[in-house]
Amino acid sequence: MIETKMPEKLVISPLTVGVAEDKKAPAESTDIKMSTEHLDMYYGKFRALADINLSIPAHRITAIIGPSGCGKSTLLRTFNRMNDLVPNTRVEGRVCLDGQDIYAPNVDVVDVRRQVGMVFQRPNPFPMSIYDNVAFGPRLYGVRRRAVLDEIVERSLRQAALWEEVKDKLNQSGMALSGGQQQRLCIARALAVEPQVILMDEPASALDPISTLKIEELMQSLKMDYTIVIVTHNMQQAARVSDFTAFMMIDENRAGTLVEFGPTAQIFTKPKNRQTEDYVTGRFG
Amino acid sequence: MKTLSHYATSRRQRRRKVVNGIMLTLSGLTTVLIVVPLIWILTYVVRQGLPALSPQFFTQLPTPVGVPGGGIVNSIVGSAITVGLALIIAAPIGVLAAIYVASKPTTPLGLAVRFATDVISGVPSIIMGIFAYTVIVLPQHHFSAFSGGVALAFIMLPIIIRTTEEMLKLVPGSLREASLALGATEWKTSLKVLLPAAGNGILTGVMLAIARAAGEAAPMLFTAFGNSFMSTSLNQPIATLPQTVFVYAISPYEDWRAKAWATALVLITLVLSLNVLARLIVSWRQRRLGSVNR
Repeated sequence: MIETKMPEKLVISPLTVGVAEDKKAPAESTDIKMSTEHLDMYYGKFRALADINLSIPAHRITAIIGPSGCGKSTLLRTFNRMNDLVPNTRVEGRVCLDGQDIYAPNVDVVDVRRQVGMVFQRPNPFPMSIYDNVAFGPRLYGVRRRAVLDEIVERSLRQAALWEEVKDKLNQSGMALSGGQQQRLCIARALAVEPQVILMDEPASALDPISTLKIEELMQSLKMDYTIVIVTHNMQQAARVSDFTAFMMIDENRAGTLVEFGPTAQIFTKPKNRQTEDYVTGRFG
Repeated sequence: MKTLSHYATSRRQRRRKVVNGIMLTLSGLTTVLIVVPLIWILTYVVRQGLPALSPQFFTQLPTPVGVPGGGIVNSIVGSAITVGLALIIAAPIGVLAAIYVASKPTTPLGLAVRFATDVISGVPSIIMGIFAYTVIVLPQHHFSAFSGGVALAFIMLPIIIRTTEEMLKLVPGSLREASLALGATEWKTSLKVLLPAAGNGILTGVMLAIARAAGEAAPMLFTAFGNSFMSTSLNQPIATLPQTVFVYAISPYEDWRAKAWATALVLITLVLSLNVLARLIVSWRQRRLGSVNR
């Protein structure tokens, strides 16, 4: 394994951050929550990700954008080892959570997933009541007392901005909700286990514009407490919601590579890479 | 020039309609062909069996030839005991095996279980009876309700494994992912998410297995054997409904043959009402929790 020194702090020059930033403000430093170091991912013999070096800042929203098939979702799924479920996958390099390699042999994958939650493209509530959906995770961890569960369920649903809509029908099936409500229920379900990082795989692509807006607003309120990584096809969405953006492409061997990473405002207005510029200005993709 | 509207109004359109009509009639006829025997059997059994039915038939023990009255309460109890025992043996084993096969279908053990399931489901039920006779009745030197239950369990096992496996495979993979992403283990995911989501289908499969086992006469000849008296012991021979039908039906006595029809009617009614009950439970659960495959 190649050992490389990764920057412990990501320094953001005020010049490159959004317009609202005061130019005289001191450079803001942000803790790194997750990072990849020389990450290669293989499906059998096919290299799907090649040498990805990426740092995910804590309490920020990081968007991963790029054309279809560039490995955005594959990269996202290495962050909580969901790729382990696919047979014949192999990972080289490191993926770190708070400096700890989550692919190290002594790491329990269940612990990783408890700290790194995930929201999927299509809402996937369990066929049980709204209450039981949210209480599913805490119950897995052995929470049995009704009062404690009640509190977790209410807090999670409030955080997911769903409480007011469902508080009178917690015993109804989660599948009876609308698509947007179902997705917020899935977010509440992920929040209930108090993860540190939430991965979102195109969370709004199956939703209507109003539901999409609600999810985006929700993400802004969640970043106070959580680190969020979102994969999105929608560049406007990436520009609207994210603080940092990673742009991915496939290289000549059809492996996904990280082309450019930086503050969202810079990626969308002053990209350093020509490919990034072509993509964000809509010349391809 | 022939335009599209020409084709639409030409003889082709009439031809299409005629062919469509013929095929629709054919499939309708075959459907009737399937339903007719079912209704025929049912009405025939009801007409033959109803005259010998009386309230005592459900509460009294069998009487010797020529003695009026008498019932089959021992057979009803016996069927309940043997089928219940078979269910207790086969349901947990079958469902757990199905969880394994559904989650690891390509491992050597998974392939072996599937192959074994196919083979067992093809084995005639009388062979199951001989098997139970050889491994339980012979060493014990006596027929027993227990050996009958084991024989029926082997008949139920492949049905339960196969239907459960198919139902688990129908559960969307996104539910499995959601559970695993919350930090659930594979086992907890199967138990708490996949099994409940597939619950209706599994219930239907188990009910089918019960219905099949409840109607088996052949294996009971070597195992439960039959009993003219009331017995609730697992260690004693016991009467069961299909075996009672068999004994009464091959007898040369008019009143016993009438009782055979009545017993058959009771058996069919019990199996049918079990199926209806299963449907009711399934639809009730669906209303309460919403269907997974929406």
